[in-house]
Amino acid sequence: MSIGTSPPRRDGLEKLSGRALYADDFRPDGLLYGATVRSDRAHAKILSIERDPAFDWSDVTVVTAKDLPGPNIVTLMTDDQPILADGITRHVTEPIALVAAPTRERALAAANAVKITYEDLPSLFDPLLAEGHDVRIYGDDNVFKRLHIQHGVRTDTTSHLIRGRYRTGLQEQLYIEPQSMIASPRADGGFTVRGSMQCPYYVDRAVKRMLGHDRLNVVQAVTGGGFGGKEEYPSMLACHVVLLAQATGRPVKITYGRGEDLRATTKRHPAIIDLATLVSPEGELLELHARLWMDGGAYHTLSTVVLSRAILHVGGPYRCPFFDLEGTVVATNTPPNGAFRGFGAPQAQWAMERHMDRIARELGIDPLELRWRNLYREGDVTATGQALQDPGAFAVLRAAEAAAAAPVVRKTVRPGVENAELREGRGIAMAWHGCGFTGNGEAKIRGKVALEVRGSEVAVLSSSTDIGQGTETIFPMIVADTLGISMDRVFNTEHDTGIVPDSGPTVASRTAMVVGGTCEKAAQQLLGRLRKEHGEGDFDSLLQRWRAADRGLLRVEETYEVDASVVWDPETYQGDAYPTFGWSCVIVDLRVDVDTGEVIYDRVVTATDVGKALSPVLAEGQIEGGTLQALGWATAEEVVLDARGCMRNDRLTNYIIPTALDAPEFVTALVEIPFAGGPFGAKGIGEIPMDAPAAAVAQAIERAVGARLDSLPMTPERVLAAMEIR
Amino acid sequence: MNVRFRCNGRAVEVDVPPMSRLLDVLREELRLTGSKEGCGEGECGACTVRIDGEAVMSCLVPVCQVDGASIVTIEGLGASVVHPVQTAMLQHGGAQCGICTPGLCMSAAALLERNPHPSREEARVALAGNLCRCTGYQKVVDAVCASLAPEGS
Repeated sequence: MSIGTSPPRRDGLEKLSGRALYADDFRPDGLLYGATVRSDRAHAKILSIERDPAFDWSDVTVVTAKDLPGPNIVTLMTDDQPILADGITRHVTEPIALVAAPTRERALAAANAVKITYEDLPSLFDPLLAEGHDVRIYGDDNVFKRLHIQHGVRTDTTSHLIRGRYRTGLQEQLYIEPQSMIASPRADGGFTVRGSMQCPYYVDRAVKRMLGHDRLNVVQAVTGGGFGGKEEYPSMLACHVVLLAQATGRPVKITYGRGEDLRATTKRHPAIIDLATLVSPEGELLELHARLWMDGGAYHTLSTVVLSRAILHVGGPYRCPFFDLEGTVVATNTPPNGAFRGFGAPQAQWAMERHMDRIARELGIDPLELRWRNLYREGDVTATGQALQDPGAFAVLRAAEAAAAAPVVRKTVRPGVENAELREGRGIAMAWHGCGFTGNGEAKIRGKVALEVRGSEVAVLSSSTDIGQGTETIFPMIVADTLGISMDRVFNTEHDTGIVPDSGPTVASRTAMVVGGTCEKAAQQLLGRLRKEHGEGDFDSLLQRWRAADRGLLRVEETYEVDASVVWDPETYQGDAYPTFGWSCVIVDLRVDVDTGEVIYDRVVTATDVGKALSPVLAEGQIEGGTLQALGWATAEEVVLDARGCMRNDRLTNYIIPTALDAPEFVTALVEIPFAGGPFGAKGIGEIPMDAPAAAVAQAIERAVGARLDSLPMTPERVLAAMEIR
Repeated sequence: MNVRFRCNGRAVEVDVPPMSRLLDVLREELRLTGSKEGCGEGECGACTVRIDGEAVMSCLVPVCQVDGASIVTIEGLGASVVHPVQTAMLQHGGAQCGICTPGLCMSAAALLERNPHPSREEARVALAGNLCRCTGYQKVVDAVCASLAPEGS
């Protein structure tokens, strides 16, 4: 058995030796380099697109919206985003034209020599102001979606009303490999697209619709991180390189520079969350009223589903007899926001955890005690009417407390700062996270996995990509253990839409749990088919008999079927919002420098209910990496926009992500409460690490220096300011 | 301009503009694509190589400066025998998406030669110029501290 052990990752040696090929490492013969001409206005009519006559255009191809072969739409959820802006631009950095040239330098110079004239239109940057404003960005009221859930019975007992407003800012995914894509013409007049991406079939659908034909295959290159940033954005980039390859008849590559990637690509939605609770004198939640706004940016992307997840998580892991939850995601003239690990849940739970601390403060109850009194218990019903089975809230709390009992080893190295006054603080926060798609998402997708026996090996065919989390290792482990063979004999094929079935996108903490579960069922189907023909026996003896009977290719395809007992009403948002939930508890030990407001992370303990740790090392790696990303969101990462909504700090020198020296020592406890619907009991774990840490940091800062912070990020300047208010 | 240097033990000569970035020369001229570009301004460390033993970010080095130098890239780190830091990274789960991994390995190898038994904090200081967004660095530090530097390297 390989499940539960931690074999070295399949792609490890290739990556460690520098042999793994990422998109920008490919250089096909005849390659041209593409570059993008972007809007420098937030909202404007495009009056003209002209080539600077002083520039030598002899080896340059230029493409604009009028050259599109099909509809000018980036196919995703709503048909509102153009592939190239046509007549109007709705955000700064919006693509308007594309160029291709023999070198990267020539392409960038040519892009700068395309001159655009505009007539400015009024622009909106504040979602609260944009909602219902006369200036129209989307529809009649600039509202992408409004969602309202009411459930339960209102209270008639004596209670305290406690209210608060909480805010979160933009966050950049900051995959270390910038967006990169190559399109190569095929002999049949179609194209092969190869690039950095999470979801090959998103790209496949978007490009085929633009082309108006199906002569296309999309291949994932080794991908240098995604975190949601390579969920939907690559569809647009793929359309761009295909347009240039079509215009030139040659392979074209576009790799963004870091600055362009930061300015132009999607970020985490900023949010404003108002919470009002009625609480009993003993601290029991009686009613929760939430009003949440998100800034979607200029186009819809995935905003409505981000909003859903935010609203479905805003109550946190706490029971409450009455919920009244409303969320609105609004269009503004900033670059579109999109998928990012956690997908709305981190913003919502930041607010709820800070609100729990506010309740604790106002009622004079210890914050941990308050959580104990309110955590979900077996059979409790959520805001959608879903009765919880085996909720892991208490288990993760106990596991985290046990792990945090060991003494904290404080960091000693602080280059250049020897005599600082540092004050210690500890904070605790909790979260839940729905695993897999919201509601009936899986029923719509019906993801497929195929297995093919090739010689003595078994190939796993899926569109589920490895973006670092370990899919190339986990799927072979699941299939091998189900077949009863060594995992060395099972491998994932390349994720090429010309070959693999659509197993759905690599998102929503669904890959190991949902697609991994489909791998398990496919392996069972394979064994069942052999047994039906050849009687009992192990996989190898059955395979021998299959071969002896000269039965040809042995291949099975399995489709994910949603459990019939799962009921969801997308109109009322009532029913089983998720097949299961993960649970987490985070305990942060930090120090605050009272002169600078800087936070020094010493140790972070996490306890996470993972269902089953398929590979403990990979699971820990997801949790530690996600937790550090959340610590960056908490205290370091701030996107500063200029008056046009363009990111000003568009470099790694001024958009700060944590280094090895900033990171704490992690203590990572894995709690296993099995989920019967997941392979070997596994739950999704990719996103939950993002949910709880920021609130634990805020509580620890409050304990250390008394500063109460309800907005993210808690930069040193804001910590200092909050200390002075105190 | 002709620039001569040793790269992974081999003598090489390239004819490129003198201010070409070493990273571009490695990737485009020598087709050594293991060194990656994450930022182009010396912040992320994904392009780290060793020049005469020092771990250096190759996106900041004009190629004229390495004339006569000896360079080791990730392709040369474990060319004949896998370097102990690569083995340890594999065992401890120090690589995830892998884009920062070659640079991390080069910095770690330089550290281990100076200091074969680094403390966790010493490892963190040595790796602070290599950004990783996947791992939280815990397993990278585990791996570096578990690596034994090869004798005499």
